[in-house]
Amino acid sequence: MKLPRALQLSPVWTPYVLLSPFVVLFCIFGLFPLAFSLYLAFQTWEPTSGLTAMSFVGLDNFVFSLQDEWFWKSLKNTAWLAVASGVPQHLVAIPLAVFIHNSFVRSRNAVVGAYFLPYITSTVAIAILFSSLFSTDFGLVNAGLRALFGGEPIDWLGRPENIKPAIAMIVFWRYVGFNVVLYLAALQTIPKDLYEAATMDGAGRLQQFFFITLPSLKPMIYFGVTLSVIGGLQLFEEPFILTGGRGGSDQSGMTTAIYLYRMAFDFNDFGAASAMSWLLFFVVVVLTWLTNRAFKPRGGSA
Amino acid sequence: MNAWGQAATQRRRMAPALMLFACVLIGLPVPAQTALTVAAFPSVDKIVEAAIPAWKKLHPDVDVKVVSRQFADHHTAMTTALSTSFYLPDVMALEVGYVGRFAQGGGLEDLSREPYAIRRYESQYVPYAFQQATSRTGTVVAAPTDIGPGTLLYRTDILARANVTEADLTRTWDSYVDAGIRIKAATGAYLLPHAREMKDILIRTGIKPGEGLYFDKDSRVIVNSPRFVRAFELARKVRQNKLDARVSAWSTEWSEGFKRGTLATQMSGAWLAGHLSNWVAPATKGAWRAAQLPEGAWAAFGGTFFAIARGAPAANKALAWEFIRFMTLDRERQLAAFKSQDAFPALRAAHDDPFVELPIEFLGGQRARLLWREAASHASAVDVHKQDAFASEVIDTELDKVLDHGKDIATALADAERLLAKRARR
Repeated sequence: MKLPRALQLSPVWTPYVLLSPFVVLFCIFGLFPLAFSLYLAFQTWEPTSGLTAMSFVGLDNFVFSLQDEWFWKSLKNTAWLAVASGVPQHLVAIPLAVFIHNSFVRSRNAVVGAYFLPYITSTVAIAILFSSLFSTDFGLVNAGLRALFGGEPIDWLGRPENIKPAIAMIVFWRYVGFNVVLYLAALQTIPKDLYEAATMDGAGRLQQFFFITLPSLKPMIYFGVTLSVIGGLQLFEEPFILTGGRGGSDQSGMTTAIYLYRMAFDFNDFGAASAMSWLLFFVVVVLTWLTNRAFKPRGGSA
Repeated sequence: MNAWGQAATQRRRMAPALMLFACVLIGLPVPAQTALTVAAFPSVDKIVEAAIPAWKKLHPDVDVKVVSRQFADHHTAMTTALSTSFYLPDVMALEVGYVGRFAQGGGLEDLSREPYAIRRYESQYVPYAFQQATSRTGTVVAAPTDIGPGTLLYRTDILARANVTEADLTRTWDSYVDAGIRIKAATGAYLLPHAREMKDILIRTGIKPGEGLYFDKDSRVIVNSPRFVRAFELARKVRQNKLDARVSAWSTEWSEGFKRGTLATQMSGAWLAGHLSNWVAPATKGAWRAAQLPEGAWAAFGGTFFAIARGAPAANKALAWEFIRFMTLDRERQLAAFKSQDAFPALRAAHDDPFVELPIEFLGGQRARLLWREAASHASAVDVHKQDAFASEVIDTELDKVLDHGKDIATALADAERLLAKRARR
C-alpha cells in the first residue's frame, strides 16, 4: 500500500525526522535543564510564587556558596568518598581482571557476570538491601563482625564516623565489577607474543605484570579513572537512600550532590543550589583535566 | 521548480507528519467541564471522597475529582505546580508545615481579600489553626480543616509497675524525666522514642510574642537563648540516663516499641491514638491514656488546610472557595471526618457535638476528646521563617553532637547561631 502523498517523507528530511526523537528529548531533558540552571544560578527565586518571581542577583549565589560552611563540608565528604571508594576499585579490579583473564577459560563470562551484576542492579534496591545489612541490632554485617571479633555492635548508619566507610564499601562493591570488565577487555588486546618474548628472556609473572600488563593497560586506566572521578564527584543515590535523604548524622554522608538537592527542594533556595551545581561542575572539569595530565598517553605512543 | 519552491513543497509535505508528532509528544489536554479538581493526600483524600455525595446534592452539575498522592509526593507535586503554574488543582490540601512555607511566596490566593473574605468566618475556626494560615503581613493563604492538638499518651500498665503516677509525669519537664528514670529502673521501658523529641517540644514552649522558633520577626537568630539551653540540657539528661529508645517516629523499630511495650510515653497529636488503635499496636488496647503535656505546655502536631492557587483556573475559583467552605465550615462534614478518620475538627461548632464526650475504647474508656478540645483552645501558632527548614537541620545536628560526642551545649548553640546568622536574610 502506498501512503498518500501528503504523508510521504522526502529523503532530504528523513534523517532529521528520524533523529528528531533524540534531539527533542535531549533538548527537553538535557539542554533545557542545563540552560535553566545556569540562568537560575544568577537569580533569587521563591519557587512557589511562580516563574515570574525571579530577580537577578548577579554573583551573590556564588559568593554565598563559596562562603557556606556546609558546601565545603559536602565537598570534603565527596572527596573522601571518591578516594575511599574509587582508589580500591582500581587497585582490586586490575589484579582481579588479570587473575580472571589467566585462570578462567570456559567459565570466564559467568565469573565476570557475577562481578558485573551489582552494576546493573537498581541503586535503590542495593541501598535498601545494605541498610538492612548494616542494621545495628539485626544486620548481617554486625553479626559477622561479632562472630569474628566479638565486641559491641557498630551503629553503622547512625554515627557520623561510620557512615562514610559504610557508603564507600557499597560504592566499591558496586563498581568494581564494571572496572573488571573494562580491564578484561583491555587485557585481551595485549599481544601474546609480548609475554612469550618476556618468558624467553626469563621474566617472572610479577615482572610481566609490572612491565608489560600495567603499561599496556594505561589507556584503559585513564578511561576507568576518569569515569571513577566523575562518578565519585557526582555520588548521590547510594548515600541519599542510606541516610534517608538527609545526609546522615552530622551530615557526614552528605555529598555535594545531596546538599545541592536539599538546598533546592528542602531549603527552597534554587539560586544557591544552581550556583553550587555549577561550582561542582567546575571541580569535575578541573579534576578530569588533572586525571588527563596524569594518565593520558602522550605523543601517540599508545 | 526553483530551490525555494522545492523547499516550500517539502515543508508542506512535512507539516502533517510533524503535527502528528507534536500532538503525540505534548499529549494535548482535554478541555475541562464543570468539574473541580481537589489534590489531596491520605487520609484527606478519603474525607473529600466521602463528602462528594453531599456536595452533589447542593451542586448536581459540578463534579469533584480527587487527585490523590502519597504525602511527600503530593507536596512535591504542589510545589512544582505552583512554581510552573501548570496542572494546578482547583483546591489543594496542604499539611501545616507546607502552609507556612508556601505563605512565604505569593503562589496561593490571599483568602482574606474579596471575594473570599475569610475573616468573616475567623471566629468559627480554632484560633491557632487560623493563625497558622496567616502570614506576618496579614494575608491568609489557607482554611484549616483538621488540627492536631497535642497531648501525652502513656501506658498505664508500665507506670503502675514503676509506681509512677500521671501527676509525676506531667508536673514539670524535670519531673517527667525523673519519672522516666524510675520507669527505666523498674520496667526497662524507655520513656520516649528519641531525645530529639524532648528538644523539639521544649523549643516550642515559652516562645515570646514577636519570636518565631529560630528567628525573631526581624530575622535575628534566637537559638542561643535559655529556651534552647533548657531544651538541650533536658534532651541530654534523657540520653545520659538512657531513657530514649533512639528510634525515629514511623520507623519499624518505633512501631515495634509500641507493640512490645518498650515505649512508655509518646507526645503527639490527637490523631496518634487512632493510628495506634488501627494498625500500629491494636493489641495494646486499654493500656493507653492521654494527659495534657507536662508543665502546662500546649502544642500542636500537624494539621490540614485547604488552599486555592493563584494560578488555578479563574473560572473555577468561586466554586473552589464554595467547596472549601463546604468542607471546613459545615458542621456535618467536619463531624463526618472526625468520626471516620479521627480528623479533629478545625471548626469550633463541631466541638460541641456529643461525639466529643464519648469514651474512647482504646484509651480504656477515657473521654480524651475533651482533653484534645481543651488543648486546641490553648495552643498557639508559631511564626514561620523562610529558613526554618535549614535551622531545624542545624539544630538537630548540633543536638546530635551534644548527645553522641559530649559537645558542650554553649558551644553547640553558638555554632548553630553563627551558621544561621549567615542564612537569616537570604
